[in-house]
Amino acid sequence: MTTENAPASMYRTTEGLGVWEHKGKVAAVGIGHSPTTRRWDGTPENTMGANSIIALRRAIEDAGVSPDQIDGLVLDPVTTTGAHWPEGQPIPMDVVNAFNPTDDPLDGIAKLSAEWILKNMPELTNVKFTMYGLGCMSHAIVVAAQAVGEGRTHTCLVLKSWHNLEGRYNQSGISAADTVPGTFALSPGRTLWGAPGSYGTALQFAEYCRKYGKSHDMMAPFMANSRRNGLLFPEGYWAQHRPEQLTAEDYLNARWIAKPASLFDNDIPIMVSGAYLFTTAERAKDMKQKPVYILNHASSRGAQRSILPTLDEVEAETASTGRKIYEGAGITADDLSFENMYDGFSLFHQFHLEGLRYRGMQNGDALDFYQTDISIEGPNPVLPSGGNIGSGRSRFWMHTDCIQQIQGRAGARQITGVKPEIGVSGGPMPMGGNFTVWSASPG
Amino acid sequence: MVKQGVVPDELTKPFWDAANQGRLEMQNCSACNRLQNPPLPACSQCKSGEHLEWKEMSGRGKIYNYGVVYDCPVKLLQQEQPFNLVVITLDDDPGIQMYSHLPGTPVDEVPVGAAVQVIFEDTANGQKVPEWRVVA
Repeated sequence: MTTENAPASMYRTTEGLGVWEHKGKVAAVGIGHSPTTRRWDGTPENTMGANSIIALRRAIEDAGVSPDQIDGLVLDPVTTTGAHWPEGQPIPMDVVNAFNPTDDPLDGIAKLSAEWILKNMPELTNVKFTMYGLGCMSHAIVVAAQAVGEGRTHTCLVLKSWHNLEGRYNQSGISAADTVPGTFALSPGRTLWGAPGSYGTALQFAEYCRKYGKSHDMMAPFMANSRRNGLLFPEGYWAQHRPEQLTAEDYLNARWIAKPASLFDNDIPIMVSGAYLFTTAERAKDMKQKPVYILNHASSRGAQRSILPTLDEVEAETASTGRKIYEGAGITADDLSFENMYDGFSLFHQFHLEGLRYRGMQNGDALDFYQTDISIEGPNPVLPSGGNIGSGRSRFWMHTDCIQQIQGRAGARQITGVKPEIGVSGGPMPMGGNFTVWSASPG
Repeated sequence: MVKQGVVPDELTKPFWDAANQGRLEMQNCSACNRLQNPPLPACSQCKSGEHLEWKEMSGRGKIYNYGVVYDCPVKLLQQEQPFNLVVITLDDDPGIQMYSHLPGTPVDEVPVGAAVQVIFEDTANGQKVPEWRVVA
């Protein structure tokens, strides 16, 4: 079976499309996560492929379905956190052959195909539909929701996995080379001038602070809230390995990476896999877990004029994203119980919040909002998942949390100041991402 | 600050050749009368590559925004940390941005909005690269 990338037509990228044609007809009914680790330890048991199998089997078990009932699989084949297999470094064949390999020995270690999953999960005997949602879990969710809505698959696994290897983030390869190609030297990202990953976001934040009279230290309550929520997320990295609360003092004293972005404004790359099981709303009625219905998915494909997005460009894009989210779901900002928009880098979460007009927010309001009660106990919870800042870079904690909150299964993280009926999650970037509206009822 | 050497490729060779001759040139779509940076195989507006040309700029600009890099991924620049990393907008078209280390300006003392003038510096392999200085 050949697996293709999802066509652009599966993403809802423009305003004016009306209510999503499959609103309330697709539901999440199962969740599974692997354990987290900081990096691959070199063993077969700790490979990204092994983590993927753990997460998928846990999602199947959580949903209470038998594996032969599953007929679809959507995943992101790109699994790097920024770490690529070093050129010329031998691939450990004992690890490769501990599984049923494909033709590519790095499959299951530093990349992931649907073929590898199906070869190593023989219990999935009836998968007829596979597709790649290239990017992150937010992409895969959109593709799976659309595929179930269209009837291409009825009981579909959704998977995102990450591998992280030895070495510092993005410091090998071309960053260590004596020369670079001319096009690379002028590219917007890692360039001749040495911009770190968070530099672009740092500049948008700096412009935001100048325009609205805000400051970096106003982020401290948000950061502490995110870590607190993350420590209440037992599946997350910080809860599992470093259960340390982040104080305002810790945050304000952290070293800079690209001022005004400090160490804690960057999420920590980890190894982890996450999986969900989606099915039709009709089938979900009789399943083990309370169904969480998808009211809409929307995508942002913003493009800046030149090297870096300006604040005006970012704010226009996130406002458009907010309108698309509500239009397709047939709701308004007042209907949101909580939000779980992306946060890694932390310094752009306010763009997502303001674009949503969450709790009536306008541009420039979010950092003042962070000084109020944004806790899970209050009426205005911000990022109850803790996001990637609270649990490490998975780009799926926010989706998991939306499902768990609405099911009432968020444990110590369960929001109590507001009834969790409708939540929104997604990302990654304000200028480009995918977003999902989750609901306790089909609408 | 000596940057990594640059090996011009087909898309960007006119830019780098002009830099070696002390000129700042930008890609321009003559059909749209629109500049663009970074260079692309086609105009980002009309999506055609047929009318792309290289146009000489005045070499004047403004400081739009900046950050200070303390943890740089590029090995050659790590010994220079911390350093300014500035975004310049061109007076010819303020929608067009370029990076600069802003030589001569102390770290984190960048005057946002100030006028700047292009200069040309050697990279590690001798290829010239546009840089910018604050105009006194």
